[in-house]
Amino acid sequence: MSDFTHGFWPIYISVITLVSIIGTWVFLKSQTTRKLAPGEKPELIEHTWDGDLQDLNNPLPRWWLGLFYGTLVFALVYLVLWPGLGNYAGVLKWTQLGEYEEEVQKAEAKFQPVYAGFMQQDVATVAADADARAIGKNLFLTYCSQCHGSDAAGARGFPNLTDGDWLYGGDPDTIKATLTDGRAGVMPALGDALGADGTKAVAHYVLSLSGRQHDAALATAGKPKFEENCAACHMPDGTGMQAMGAPNLTDKVWLYGGSEAAIIESIAKGRNGVMPAVAQTLGTTSNKEAKLHLLTAYVYGLSQKR
Amino acid sequence: MEATTYNYKVVRQFAIMTVVWGIVGMLVGVLLAAQLIWPDLTFGIEWLSYGRLRPLHTNAVIFAFGGSAMFAVSYYIVQRTCQVRLWAEKLAAFTFWGWTLVIVLAAVTLPLGYTSSKEYAELEWPIDILITVVWVSYALVFFGTILKRKTKHIYVSNWFFGAYILVIAILHLVNSAELPVTMTKSYSAYAGVQDAMVQWWYGHNAVGFFLTTAFLGMMYYFIPKQAGRPIYSYRLSVVHFWSLNFIYMWAGPHHLQYTALPDWAQSLGMVFSLMLLAPSWGGMMNGIMTLSGAWHKLRTDPILKFMVTALSFYGMSTFEGPMMSIKTVNALSHYTEWTIGHVHSGALGWVAMITVGSMYYLIPRLFGRESMFSTKLIEWHFWLSTIGVVLYIAALWIAGVAQGLMWRAANADGTLTYSFAQVLNTMYPFYGIRLLGGTMFFAGMLIMAYNVWQTTRQGRVVNDAPIPQAVHA
Repeated sequence: MSDFTHGFWPIYISVITLVSIIGTWVFLKSQTTRKLAPGEKPELIEHTWDGDLQDLNNPLPRWWLGLFYGTLVFALVYLVLWPGLGNYAGVLKWTQLGEYEEEVQKAEAKFQPVYAGFMQQDVATVAADADARAIGKNLFLTYCSQCHGSDAAGARGFPNLTDGDWLYGGDPDTIKATLTDGRAGVMPALGDALGADGTKAVAHYVLSLSGRQHDAALATAGKPKFEENCAACHMPDGTGMQAMGAPNLTDKVWLYGGSEAAIIESIAKGRNGVMPAVAQTLGTTSNKEAKLHLLTAYVYGLSQKR
Repeated sequence: MEATTYNYKVVRQFAIMTVVWGIVGMLVGVLLAAQLIWPDLTFGIEWLSYGRLRPLHTNAVIFAFGGSAMFAVSYYIVQRTCQVRLWAEKLAAFTFWGWTLVIVLAAVTLPLGYTSSKEYAELEWPIDILITVVWVSYALVFFGTILKRKTKHIYVSNWFFGAYILVIAILHLVNSAELPVTMTKSYSAYAGVQDAMVQWWYGHNAVGFFLTTAFLGMMYYFIPKQAGRPIYSYRLSVVHFWSLNFIYMWAGPHHLQYTALPDWAQSLGMVFSLMLLAPSWGGMMNGIMTLSGAWHKLRTDPILKFMVTALSFYGMSTFEGPMMSIKTVNALSHYTEWTIGHVHSGALGWVAMITVGSMYYLIPRLFGRESMFSTKLIEWHFWLSTIGVVLYIAALWIAGVAQGLMWRAANADGTLTYSFAQVLNTMYPFYGIRLLGGTMFFAGMLIMAYNVWQTTRQGRVVNDAPIPQAVHA
């Protein structure tokens, strides 16, 4: 579709807008009749429909006309002051982009000092600062709580950030990397490769790794299949690999559930865990780095014993 | 041979379906309101999920309930005020079955997830074509009847019906221009912000012409009939008719304040929305002032109560609308529950109440009775509806303003004061009141259905209301 960039269009818009407003004015004027004298009855027009439907012909109410003219005057004044008539910018030179940029500038001037100090400190120091934690918590509630929960305890598919167990590592730099660029944790679907029986056997071997109730015969049968298909990421002993984000299968933490059925589902269908890049949602403000820093410190602090 | 009677059959069919679709549409609304409080209410069944049912609700109340009501009253009024039987009656019969098929197809395809994703125009392209065929048939029947009229002047209701039929045709054709990919999938002919602008030019005028102009035509017949008084001002009806229809066309961009839409278009949307206030109120005043000399009837006549209350809600929501189009107000109100409250003060308070009042006048006459089976039940319906609407919109005013203020509240460090979950949590009591209000309105519709059933059961079908031979000026 055309983008209507030709110089004709602003003129076209301006003309039909002004003609419309002024035309409405002229129309109202032409339809205004004299007020009824006190006690004078309005005319009853000589036409009847469907037996008894008739029209009186009262003049247009004066307050109503006043209201109408008032909005027309407002429209004209507004279109002189603000943009509206094609590419005429308006006396006030207002634009919504300008309004936005002005607000951002004001906010940055106001909040820069609040954040500047924290950038000088390392994550562990910031994490110990009560004021920084308060800001970090606000940021967490805005950007992270939708998935990880207001208490950061996570939910099925969304890691608990308070338990000291980390998929990708819990040191400050790794947390910051996770926040900045996000993560994509992919567990491939192995259902076809393993078959139904093989999947079940591997599941029981996985159950045995953390000492959960399992069928010993099935687990024994599953062990070689595990070593063949799973160990590359989860390691031969099942303790996982943080470089891949492959979970430790020997502890009590289960991202997608630790029941036999849930494990079978994970193996057969695979999993796709997505952590979005927070750096993108934080926008382009100059405090973005400081906010990432504070958020990193807050998440880091969640699992530190204080 | 010239017909000596009016065609009431198609009017009766649409009138009965108005009640049926009203109940269906509002039931879905009640279910949606409950889902906002209990998201797992429908056991995670995808066909009954909020996103699928929401367009079903809007299509059912606007096009099924409102549409059937408009077909019924326009066919009734155009015959009686033109003093001729409908032109092309087979085509009129087709509009009933065609429109009903559109509704049934909507009720099947929307829950299945087939959608063009354009608000109030979600139906996919094969249904869009069927709508076009039905609508053109409607226009032929309506304007054909006007052309062969025996009365000299065209009655005011018919001006409004004519405008609505014409404009809805244009809106539908322009906004639904799309490229089919498969039988159930199409893509809009427009892209980006132009698509958004076409959509809201359509969306706002669907409200303007389907839910305002058309129902003003309904009002202009049933209020003078029920009040037994002449219309207050012919001149006012002329002036507000032309100014309403002309200015409405410009107001769509106010749905896109503070978006990618260019500043100038946003401004025009705002100033023309403000200019729309007086023309909107013209219709309200003409209706209410028609009652002067008949105010005492309000004490005893619940049908008139429905109509006058409808006009009051009409006046209120057409004041609220222009206010909400002002950029600074819109910055607070947009995307909040306030918008939904505003829509329902129009849809329930105005459209549904003027329709219900008109149906209580119309239905006994279509079944050869003097009046409805029970006036007391109409009274009950009136109070349930009125209290229901008030609860509904008051709850969403408070919820919407609270939501808007909470979203923009910021701490001393520049972070947001409230998380999304906290704002949602604040909404729960208001969602509860809204559910209560909606349920009351729905309960009123059930009472109406019982009353209509008793009326039709004890009445007799009238197929042959005689056309008076004497023709007035």
